[in-house]
Amino acid sequence: MNIAVLVKSVPDTEARIRIAGDGASIETQGVKFVMNPYDEFAVEEAIRIRDKRGDSKVTVISMGPDRAVEVLRTALAMGADEAVHVSDPAFEGGSPQADARVLAETIRLIGGADLVLGGKQAIDDDASQVCAAIAEYLEMPQAQIVTELTLSDDGAAATARRRVEGGDEIVELRLPAVVTCEKGLNEPRYASLPGIMKAKKKEIRKVTLADLPLEADQVGSAAATSRLVRYHPLPERPPVKMIPGEPAEQAKELVRLLREEAKVI
Amino acid sequence: MEYNLTDEQRMIRDTAREFARREIAPVADALDREERFPREIVRQMAELGFLGMLVPEEYGGNAMGNLALALVLEEINRVCASTGVTVSVHNSLVSAPIVHWASEKLKKHYLPRLASGEILGAYALSEPDAGSDAASLKTAAVRDGNEYVLNGSKSWITTGEEADVFIVMTRTDPTQRTRGITAFLVDRDTPGFTIGRREEKLGLHASSTVQLFFEDARVPVDHMLGEEGQGFKIAMHTLDGGRIGIAAQSVGIAQACLDASIRYATEREAFGQPIGKFQAIQWKIADMATRLEAARLLTYNAARLKDEGRPHTREAAMAKLFASEMCNQAARDAIQIHGGAGYLEDFPVERYFRDARITTIYEGTSEVQRIVIARHVLSELFARE
Repeated sequence: MNIAVLVKSVPDTEARIRIAGDGASIETQGVKFVMNPYDEFAVEEAIRIRDKRGDSKVTVISMGPDRAVEVLRTALAMGADEAVHVSDPAFEGGSPQADARVLAETIRLIGGADLVLGGKQAIDDDASQVCAAIAEYLEMPQAQIVTELTLSDDGAAATARRRVEGGDEIVELRLPAVVTCEKGLNEPRYASLPGIMKAKKKEIRKVTLADLPLEADQVGSAAATSRLVRYHPLPERPPVKMIPGEPAEQAKELVRLLREEAKVI
Repeated sequence: MEYNLTDEQRMIRDTAREFARREIAPVADALDREERFPREIVRQMAELGFLGMLVPEEYGGNAMGNLALALVLEEINRVCASTGVTVSVHNSLVSAPIVHWASEKLKKHYLPRLASGEILGAYALSEPDAGSDAASLKTAAVRDGNEYVLNGSKSWITTGEEADVFIVMTRTDPTQRTRGITAFLVDRDTPGFTIGRREEKLGLHASSTVQLFFEDARVPVDHMLGEEGQGFKIAMHTLDGGRIGIAAQSVGIAQACLDASIRYATEREAFGQPIGKFQAIQWKIADMATRLEAARLLTYNAARLKDEGRPHTREAAMAKLFASEMCNQAARDAIQIHGGAGYLEDFPVERYFRDARITTIYEGTSEVQRIVIARHVLSELFARE
């Protein structure tokens, strides 16, 4: 079984995000980038499926600047078999849909996949669109936000537990399919030192526009169906207000403030 | 700051940082309070390869080297110095001398088990009457046929309560001083070898420190490291590596002090503003950060020299001296910045302060480091003697 896993390099969850001068991107200087946490679940699930089934291959794919290579190395160190870095100046400025088309063609280029796994969303732009669009381009069924995944013994179908509002939903889908992973699916392993050593020896395949059956006007900003216009920072939280006095006075003042200033009661 | 790390070294550091943050940090305070050895964490670290970093691949290790080990130690010590010293001793003071000085048979037996964490190691040099003056150690080893018979005691043995194998420095020739010392590998279950009660101490509460007693404990001749009379040389060579580990530990603890100080100086308000706006606090933090970087660079430099097989005794002693003193000052200043809060167990700096204290003492006190450094710096003067 060929399993393709989509991974993305995103700012660390603990990084302080600052908006860049152009207002539509973030300052990357001094920001640590890591594998999108939801993609870690996808890599882990792929490795587990491979190890359980045998005769399977896990290929991790990342589209993005050079730092995407670090994320691919981490996935290899976790245990993925092969890695593909999708990068070309022509791909820059794409919308989720445009990027999904490039990634879908990349999956076709490497011989297709029986199962495509990804995170339920990337924690940088939170668009949650790429995997869904890939499923459309590849004409595969899809299950999003999955917390449990079971493959049939013959590898022709899968059962997925999906997190939905207020409960869980069980769906069956035929393979090949696209599945996006949610927290709870598994406990991702760390990249072990022997794994890091093995990853060092592996080559990362680079895929550019020239490798794909796409023209320059079908990718990147030329094909973008949406455009990021501006980022706005969250308003700063007002400072904590301490209410002095005896408990009875404090309670009275608190009620007054909640009613008149905060206007919540 | 750029440390010229390779991609692999960066990945190793990231793995160690994530592991420390997710698995050790949440339990570090409890381990300290309950004086509990982190067995499960040690098992997980073994799986990740942290216990075989100086062991060649053919013996089941990953041979990532001293700089990679320093990076791992820094991250672990940043959250828990007790766990940190366990890893440092196991790699630098036990596995490394076996790699360098043991027979093929001993290597094949012990190294894969040490690297996989199946067994843990301890290093026994100090005695009740031989600390900094290690060459005056008295634990006797007398040959009897194919065995040596050990009698005596050892003190301040880290991981002693949990270790399965001990490197024990003994006196085989009472007429000689340094050349009368011989190193043995002693299994925990050796008859006549007993482990004393756990010492109560200021810090490192999740790491055991014990005395060892030898009463006619018989050790096979082939459990000798190197040759008879080489023990002191082995001990000193081994400590060169261990000191880099303690320097890395000091850097880790100091980083934790800096992290906590920055957080507190940003959040705590006095006289109507965050205390970090006061120059008195800024200067403390600026000095702490600067000295920390200096110590880190000294540590990485010594580790690199060792990895390249170049002389590093002086550099390791300098790194250990500077980093351990720096770490104590960082812990002291961190508490000062925290004020009354820092004196309470509610904030982690109280633990950092207690844990920091040992770094200027074990694996050679600051005074001993200065002796080592002076002998190198004043080599011409010493050559005249």
